[in-house]
Amino acid sequence: MAEYWRWKEYRWHDAEVDWRDGELITAGVDVGSVSSQAVIMVDGELYAFSNMRTGSDSPESAKKVMDWALEGTGLTLDDIGFVVGTGYGRVNVPFSNKAITEIACHARGANFMYGPSVRTVLDMGGQDCKVIRCDERGKVSAFAMNDKCAAGTGRGMEVFADLLAISIEDVGELSLQVDEEPPPVSCTCVVFAKSEATALLREGWPKSQVLAAYCSAMAHRVVTLLEQVGIEKEFAITGGIAKNIGVVSRLEDEIGIKALRSKIDAQIAGGLGGALFAQSLLKKKLSAN
Amino acid sequence: MITAGIDMGAKTIKVVVVRDGAMVGKAIMVAGFDSREAAEQAYAAALDDAGITKDEVEYVVATGAGRSHAPHSKRDISDVASGAQGVVTLYPAARTVIDVGAEEGRAIRCTAEGKVLDFALNEKCAAGAGAFTEAMSRALEVDIQALGPMSLNSENAIPMNAQCAVFAESEVVSLLHAKTPKEDIARAVHDAIASRIVSLARKVGFEPDVVLIGGVAHNVGFVDSLERALECKVIVPDDPEYIGAYGAALAAAAR
Amino acid sequence: MKAHYGYKDGAGSFFIIIDTDKCTCCDERGCVSACPEGVLEIITDDYDDEVAAVAEDHRKKIKYSCAPCKPDRDRPPLPCVSACASGAIMHSW
Repeated sequence: MAEYWRWKEYRWHDAEVDWRDGELITAGVDVGSVSSQAVIMVDGELYAFSNMRTGSDSPESAKKVMDWALEGTGLTLDDIGFVVGTGYGRVNVPFSNKAITEIACHARGANFMYGPSVRTVLDMGGQDCKVIRCDERGKVSAFAMNDKCAAGTGRGMEVFADLLAISIEDVGELSLQVDEEPPPVSCTCVVFAKSEATALLREGWPKSQVLAAYCSAMAHRVVTLLEQVGIEKEFAITGGIAKNIGVVSRLEDEIGIKALRSKIDAQIAGGLGGALFAQSLLKKKLSAN
Repeated sequence: MITAGIDMGAKTIKVVVVRDGAMVGKAIMVAGFDSREAAEQAYAAALDDAGITKDEVEYVVATGAGRSHAPHSKRDISDVASGAQGVVTLYPAARTVIDVGAEEGRAIRCTAEGKVLDFALNEKCAAGAGAFTEAMSRALEVDIQALGPMSLNSENAIPMNAQCAVFAESEVVSLLHAKTPKEDIARAVHDAIASRIVSLARKVGFEPDVVLIGGVAHNVGFVDSLERALECKVIVPDDPEYIGAYGAALAAAAR
Repeated sequence: MKAHYGYKDGAGSFFIIIDTDKCTCCDERGCVSACPEGVLEIITDDYDDEVAAVAEDHRKKIKYSCAPCKPDRDRPPLPCVSACASGAIMHSW
């Protein structure tokens, strides 16, 4: 059976940089419910990262994603001065020196990726959705998190990708190929949205139109969570759904604010924040000795 | 006097024909693509079942989520009102009605006359309705009819952590991978939905007798979980899914 | 930090909002013992402050956890809110 929800795993490292010239080598490992990322920084600059699907065993997933980030760099785990574990499985990162919540890490990571003017970060993860407000240093000033309900999460989008037999990576683009916006399906429950979509397909709606109706339902759902905490500019989106242009563009239209773009992959914000925390903690540790 | 009640549910349409307070004919149809057409068919089938012609029916009242689209109906009443009316007519001692359908769950507290005193709803979320057990039966690869009897054979109460039907599906799959007996998972599924329904019942301040109606009342596993969570006996009528339509037909007669 | 613990689902939005900046100067921590359901606890947050929080296992069901203190008809004062001298706790529903 084809697995339409399955996205490609990937890694990257900066071949131009020799980590041996660096002083502070730190890492953040974000073990999410669906995907895991490991991010390595050298002296406060992004050096390497990897992004994989989380397996059923969190410690094993943490190890695998870290090993993959290290691959081909000549670095070993022992060379890394401080590791912060974050995400849903943060307490299950066997080699971490400290666990920090993904809320704090996403704020810190977004501050690095999008600059200190970021005040609101929306993180749309695989099984949750978070709204984080932060100050110019990336410190959290308010947050709300929804991990109780699949509506507004990546998991909900996977259900639709499977239903329509469309690769999860193509969903966003395809949803924009409509002449006009259809009314959204139910935004409160993925199960009910799915039965509505099934009925619409039977009525002869093209897949693009069904996806448009779901993407706007999802955008609307997320906006209600944003409103719970309040939106302040600048605004940025992190997490896997940040890559879904169908949801992002509709969300931007609804709130009337464009989300900041970054050259850095939006899915590594949590791990990146972890690596930044690790850097401060390592400095503190070194100066204490 | 002959009247009819049409219950335009989210998933199925039920029609009941009543003569002098007694149910004399009934029919059920899947709502499907065209719910009005399905209602027409169910209406014809119920009349046929009762051996009555269209002209003999004096008045028709509709209920259910899609009640405004019901054919033949001259008036409509809420699901809460029709459920309470149907139940107290069958069980005069009933004071609490729990109604669990495909997409909604409700708890209703009512008087001996069927007047609604208080009600609480679980809507727009599959976790507190029949859609939850259906999704779980698919994840377990067990027929929905078999899910209830299966859970009665469970010897271990295991918790279900997910509150959402979509997340619960993944949880069921992981439990299966961990070789958890299907019986125990089935019971966990029923305990989970029962706990949500009980919180509705607590909200209205339930008192006995408690009568359970709606399609999910056929699920013996759910009934068992509900009785354990409520710590009281729950009465299930013979045709639990028809009680709303029956109540509507009674309301048509009382007009 | 304004920590919004809870969720939004089909039935509505259910959040307990704790202004943790008001917790840091609190020694009494009356909220924890005031809650009959054990919903609140004291944690050390990411910035090393000791603050009140909604316990992990209640976060996805606070509508139910808080139901005993919230009968449908009356609106009695909530024990957690009354116990907090600094006024750090708010409920969204």
